[in-house]
This record gives sequence, structure tokens and C-alpha cells, in this order.
Amino acid sequence: MDYVINLLSVSLYEGLAYGFVTLGVYITFRVLAFPDLTVDGSFPLGGAVAATLIVSGVNPWLATLVAFIAGICAGLATSLLNTKLRINALLAGILMMVSLYSINLAIMGRSNVSVLREATVFKQTAQLFGIEPTTTLSIIFMVVLTIVILGILNWFLRTEIGLALRATGDNGQMVRGLGVSTDMTTIMGVSLSNGLVALAGGLIAQKQGFSDVGMGIGMIVMGLASVIIGERLFRPRGITTILFAVIGGSLVYRLFLGIALRLGLPPSNLKLITALLVIIALAIPYIQKKVRGEWMPPAARM
Amino acid sequence: MSQNQNLMKLSKVSKVFLRGTVDEVTALDNVRLDVGAEDFITVIGSNGAGKTTLLNVIAGVYPPEKGGKITINDQDVTRLSEHKRARYVSRVYQNPHIGTAAKMTVEENLSLAMLHGQSRGLRIATNKKYRELFRSVLAPLRLGLEDRLSALVGTLSGGQRQALALVMATISKPSLLLLDEHVATLDPKTNRIVLELSEMIVQKEKITTIMVTHNMKHALRYGNRLTMMHKGKIIVDIHQEKKSALSVNDLVVAFEHASGERFSDDSIMLRNANS
Repeated sequence: MDYVINLLSVSLYEGLAYGFVTLGVYITFRVLAFPDLTVDGSFPLGGAVAATLIVSGVNPWLATLVAFIAGICAGLATSLLNTKLRINALLAGILMMVSLYSINLAIMGRSNVSVLREATVFKQTAQLFGIEPTTTLSIIFMVVLTIVILGILNWFLRTEIGLALRATGDNGQMVRGLGVSTDMTTIMGVSLSNGLVALAGGLIAQKQGFSDVGMGIGMIVMGLASVIIGERLFRPRGITTILFAVIGGSLVYRLFLGIALRLGLPPSNLKLITALLVIIALAIPYIQKKVRGEWMPPAARM
Repeated sequence: MSQNQNLMKLSKVSKVFLRGTVDEVTALDNVRLDVGAEDFITVIGSNGAGKTTLLNVIAGVYPPEKGGKITINDQDVTRLSEHKRARYVSRVYQNPHIGTAAKMTVEENLSLAMLHGQSRGLRIATNKKYRELFRSVLAPLRLGLEDRLSALVGTLSGGQRQALALVMATISKPSLLLLDEHVATLDPKTNRIVLELSEMIVQKEKITTIMVTHNMKHALRYGNRLTMMHKGKIIVDIHQEKKSALSVNDLVVAFEHASGERFSDDSIMLRNANS
């Protein structure tokens, strides 16, 4: 029984923490139709910024906020490369991802920084309530933060600007025709997305006790896997349900991984499993239609 | 001469594509056009005559060649980008998919259109008042859209989507409406419904309109002014009094006279035979 509770609680915590990465990936890939690969660099950027600041004595809350802002800057750079210099979205993301590897090393000064003995947002929250920093506490912490962020996103995506942002990925030509600069909406969306990803990076570095330059590898695929699982499993309709489905997808994905690890799968195989998961999730609808003899459009490049 | 005041003036507007290559095309050749505030101009011409290029230059998709000038309400808009020019210009495209966002609801599409050309802020985009307004503008279409405000636009038929695109283009009462062969892909029945809707809205809201069409009968039946384009020039420009007395044959004669060529455009002939 303890075994199951442990599995569930770890999946819950990780699913919520990585849920912000999933939300970020959802905003770029689905809302903006902007295949942003910056994520693999902005996630460790958040970790690097938060850990380095905390080690140098900065308040962990402030450090986490700065990590969020650093992510926004990374997204800003990618979207400016795309909109102002007209560099292909995919390439702009790859360029930033590669640049961020060096930038993250420069920020940390080495390949990893430990915050095990430092004050973190989790430890400070525990102190505030006079309890031990347990997994339960970090779950409550993440639940509250997730509700706040989902609330803000749910509001923002319904505002006049938010609606224009959502329409950008759907029909950019129409959006321009209605008098909205799609450059502006793209910059806003990609920046926000990477801000959320870096926020997740900062929080996870504090929870696991260190920031590592390699901690971002495969983040995009993980985010995509979670988005796809959420969409397939919950079949959301309307922006509120979509946001919940995205977080739900992240939770289910973490549960899968947790079970796979408990069944004795070596952790080094996780990335491969994730990639396979995405391939299966994407291929199933096609195979189903093929079996039923239904028509499918030709292969898409996006 | 139109008696009313000019809303838009085009002078020396040219557009050359692939300049300096063997494929160089002069899509617009020194076009001059004064559009009166109450004009409803129909534009006909064969494929490659420059009709769509004319609309693209007016809408600001790309600027005209140096020396060309476009003013709207006496303001020089020649160098304004497409999204900035949206303050004045609204457009319905041939393809219903371009005028509407498929993955958003009817209500969200209309809410987006409500702020056509205006700045957008952090207010919630839709409210009860808007919803009532949407129902009241959709009901006269008799397409049942007023009861489907929360339906995804991708689930509507082509005709419904084009009618929605038309409502979206006019709901904010733009100064100038561009209709770019907007019924060409619709079946004959829907075709007529959307055309009549266009005329109804244009007359009711008194919106200056330029309608590009391949169909000579449509060009004759709708609007108060008819222009014909050929090789990037406006070769025929007929106003109200003369226009109402015109027939398709007169147009063919007018074309041959103005262009100095035999009229032999299969696409125009075929379309007229079909309708």
C-alpha cells in the first residue's frame, strides 16, 4: 500500500511540476503552431538561474521569479529571431537551444550547482507553517501554484489579446486582416511559454537539490507526449477544459514513467520510452483509420 | 464622375513581380482609381488581369512600386502594413477558410472581429451584450448560426463559414469592404444567398465596397459602378446611369473596344454560361 501511495504522490508532484513545461509546449505547439525547440534550453536555464542565485544568497522566491523572467527572455530571443529576422521557427528554436547550453554553463560556472544545503521555496514554505519539508508539502505547494497559473492562463486566453493569440496559430492571415500584428502575438506567446518552462526548471532544481546543464534534454518530447496524452485521453473542448487536460496529460505521463521504473526499467531508457510513447500516440489514430479504410490526408510537415 | 466625396484615391499604383527576371510580370500598371464614399464597385477581368493584386495593394499585403500613392479619407496609407491598414479596410476572401478561424467558436470569431483595426487589451473578449448582438446579426442570415454560437467554426459548411466571414468583415462597420471573388467557391444556391446578404449589409451599413468577380452577370447586377481590368490596367469604368442599361454583350463590346483585342477568355465565358 505504501508502495502505491509513494508512486502516486511522486507522480502527482512531478506531474504538476512538469505540468508547467507541458503548458509551455501546449502554448507554442498547439496555440501558436510554432514548433519551439527553445524548451530544451530554457528548462535548464530556469534551473541554472534559480540555483546560482540561491547559492549566492538571494531569496529563493526572488530567484524563482528571476528564473521565470530569464525564460521569458529566452523565448523573446527565439521569437525575435523568427519575426524580425525571418528565421524559420524550428531553426530559431534550435539556435537558441544550442546557445543556451553555453549560456547555462556560463551562469553556473560548471556543469552543475547544488542547492541541497541552501534555502529553497519548499523549505521556506515548510518553515512558514512550522512543519517538515515533505513530499506532501511539495504536492500542496504545486497544487496551489498550478491553480494560480491555470487561473491566470484561463483568464488571459479569454481576453481580447488572448483571443488574438489563439487565433494566430489557427489563421494568421485572418488575424492580420483584423488588424493584429501576428509578430506581436507570436513574441508574446513564445516568451510566456518559455517563462513557464524556466519556472518549472527553477522549481525542479530546488526540489531535487541541484541544477544540471543536461537536465533539459528531451523536455520538448516529454511536453509533447503529455499534451498528446491529455488531448487523447480527455478529449477537451473549450479553453478551460484544454488547460486541465494538458495538466492531466502531464500527470498521466508521470504515472506511466513511475510504473515503468518500478517495474525495473533502467532510468537510462526513459527518453527512448517517452519517444516511443509519442510515436504510438501519434500513430494510433492513423492506424485506426487505415484499418477502417477511412481517408487520411497526406503526411504533414508540422 | 461620382457626385459623392472620395473615400479612397489610388494614383500611379503599379506592382511588378519578379522584377529583373525573365518571369517579370507587371500585375498593376499605373492604376488610377477614385472611390466615392457611397460607391459599390464591381471589378471584372480575366485571370491575371490584376484584380487580386489590386485588392492586395489596397489592403496593404504588399506596397505598390515607388511613386504610387494610396490615400483613404485623405490620409496617406501607402506604406502602412496590412494590420495597421485594417483600421480602414476589411476583406472577405475567395476561400472561406481564410476569413474564419476553424478551431475557435463562432462566438470567439465574432468577438475577434468586433475589435477590427482597434487596439486590444486585457478585457474579457466576450460578454452577454456581445452575444445578444451576435444573435441579432446572425439571425437575418437564416442559416441557424444564431443558435450555434458555441460551435467550432470548423464544423460549419463552406456557405455558413463564408456568411460568417462576411458578418465578421462588416460587424465593425469598416470604411472600405473588399470582396475578393467571395462567392466563387460556393454552390449556386449558397452563392446567391451570400451575394444578397452582401448587398443587404452594404446598403444597410452604407459601406464603400469593391467586389472582384469573374461573373459578368454579378458584376452587372450588383453595385453602382463597374470596372474592367486588363493587363494591370482599368480599361472600362462605367457609372450608375450607364451601368443599369448594360448587358453582357455590351461588356464584351466595351472590352474589345477598350483593349483593342478580341474577347476570347474562356474562363469568363464558361462562368457566364453556367450561371
